[in-house]
Amino acid sequence: MPSLLRRRETALAGIVAVLVTAIAVRAPVFLSRGSLDTLVTDGAILAIMALAQLLALVTRGIDLSVAANMALTGMITALLSQAFPEMSIALTLALALGIGLVLGAINAGLIALLEMPPIVVTLGTMSIYRGLVFAISGGAWVNAHQLGPAFVAFPNERLLGLTHIVWIAAIVIVIEYVFFHHLRRGRELYALGGNAAAAQYVGIDAARVKLVVYLGTGALAGLSGYLWVARYAVAYTETALGFEMQTIAACVIGGVSIAGGRGTVAGCLLGTTFLVVIFNALPIIDVSPFWQMAISGASILVAVIVNSRGERRRGKRILAPAVSGAPRGGAPC
Amino acid sequence: MLSRHPGPGRSRWAVLKRWELVLLAILVAICAANSYASPYFLDVHNLLDSTQSFSEKALIALSMSLLIIGRDIDLSVAAIVALCSVVMGWLATQGVGMPGLLTASVVVGTAAGMFNGGIVVGFKVPAIVVTIGTVSLFRGIPYIVLGDGAYTDYPDDFAVLGQGYLFDLIPYAFVAFVVLAAVFAVVVHKTTIGRKLYAYGTNPEAARYSGINVDAYRFWMFAVNGCMAGLAAAFLTSRVGATRPNMAFGWDLEVVAIVVLGGVGIAGGTGTMTGVILAIFVMGMMTFGLGLINVPGILMTIVVGILLITAVALPIALRKISAWRARASH
Repeated sequence: MPSLLRRRETALAGIVAVLVTAIAVRAPVFLSRGSLDTLVTDGAILAIMALAQLLALVTRGIDLSVAANMALTGMITALLSQAFPEMSIALTLALALGIGLVLGAINAGLIALLEMPPIVVTLGTMSIYRGLVFAISGGAWVNAHQLGPAFVAFPNERLLGLTHIVWIAAIVIVIEYVFFHHLRRGRELYALGGNAAAAQYVGIDAARVKLVVYLGTGALAGLSGYLWVARYAVAYTETALGFEMQTIAACVIGGVSIAGGRGTVAGCLLGTTFLVVIFNALPIIDVSPFWQMAISGASILVAVIVNSRGERRRGKRILAPAVSGAPRGGAPC
Repeated sequence: MLSRHPGPGRSRWAVLKRWELVLLAILVAICAANSYASPYFLDVHNLLDSTQSFSEKALIALSMSLLIIGRDIDLSVAAIVALCSVVMGWLATQGVGMPGLLTASVVVGTAAGMFNGGIVVGFKVPAIVVTIGTVSLFRGIPYIVLGDGAYTDYPDDFAVLGQGYLFDLIPYAFVAFVVLAAVFAVVVHKTTIGRKLYAYGTNPEAARYSGINVDAYRFWMFAVNGCMAGLAAAFLTSRVGATRPNMAFGWDLEVVAIVVLGGVGIAGGTGTMTGVILAIFVMGMMTFGLGLINVPGILMTIVVGILLITAVALPIALRKISAWRARASH
């Protein structure tokens, strides 16, 4: 299976490369420093949130509340920044992570302890959190001039040429990579998503794994909520509306199975890259941005169908030796 | 006796039966609170007019229930509404009249539903993934056609659909809902189609082995759902008299929330049409009541979310407590 996954990811990387080349031939400006810088910075938040969604999807769950969590955490931090413009960045980041964690804890408690279906729980909290953004802001916008200067500046400031947003995404990527591929706690997510009954028999505590997952998606959503509000320098009720679908799309395109147990950090990042390249290329190659939605929808469908064929071929290979007498060097039975 | 349906045991049946009573109690409480809050609530014209705000969603909730009972889901219904509406808008500019527009909307909706069902069944992909993809695809098309513009030139006779009244009293959308709710309730609870739906919703493998063509059923359930979304699109477009690409945004999740609130389990095989119909009225009357006392619609989503979670959490919590008690007494 690892080789199959690797092949899928190589194929996707190839597609992204062809896409970038085609766009660059049509509009060389796409590969300019400025354009690539925007691309990476735009992609950073989607990458963080796609990785958050990966946590849930791998365990056969889903978190539909991530975008609403981002909007609510973003709004709370923005209001705090308005009240205390001198609030330090360290405190802001801690608050964003903390608020996100609390919102995630509500999901985690309902899903892990009450064993409710994740889709229902996060659908509910999505409505609640989105409504709360309106409730606490009174429907008003918090604009750039009302926010503390450091609050707005931090994500776009640079370290070694890259924006802070990109560095934060890089840290998240490294942590998740180590977690998923080198820690037993991370491998347990695959076990639970792949076969919940078997996971239970080998002694994996499903409730604890789910707690970790939804606390994780919550904390990452909170962090991204602050980054989003600061990057676009505005907080309002519709912040990141519909963004949960993009995070799922990035995962699915990257070969993550919604049925659980399959998906890698690399695949997730390739899916993110694919979407971000398309979104950022459209205006450059003179295609109306209104095509964005239909194209991402079509990409998801193609990816989903390709995924399903990959899985079916795997099934056929198992049967082939028994039927045709293993012509291609199958193991002698 | 509409709530007769197969379940794993009598206890589950009793819980669901009780849930419908709970919904009824909530509905009565909401109506009482509404009439207390506003003297205008218990006016017949007002009440019937209020149905306009939820009849369209209610139509989709009927068919969405079938999908969820059968272990599927369609998150693209709101996008299908927008797609149908944009087709109607374009046809209206070509001089097509009301009957043609209505037909076109239903046909396009059904086709979109078949597209979903075809991919789900044909490629054996979970419905939730497919419809997350078609959400963007179906809503992307209106954006490509309209950008940030809108179609507003509808023929005069088209307005009757969403703004007209039967006997000068009952909005046509509500008439359609009442008739179709009866049809759905009978089909689900009194015919073999309904029995087979619960059978494969409870256990698709077992249903297949007992000779039910599960894939065909699932496909047609998607088609029916698309058809209902098309019908809802016609009523909505006629009511507001305009097509915008972002119309009906968020309806998909609202409809799912109604269905789940109505007691349909997301794991499939459980729930009744009675529960769903009660949930439709609970949501509709609550929105109307909050409107009467000038609560903004967005705050309503908080209440919807809490209701949705409570609806699912309560039976689970009760079961856990009784299991814990049983263990303690042994």
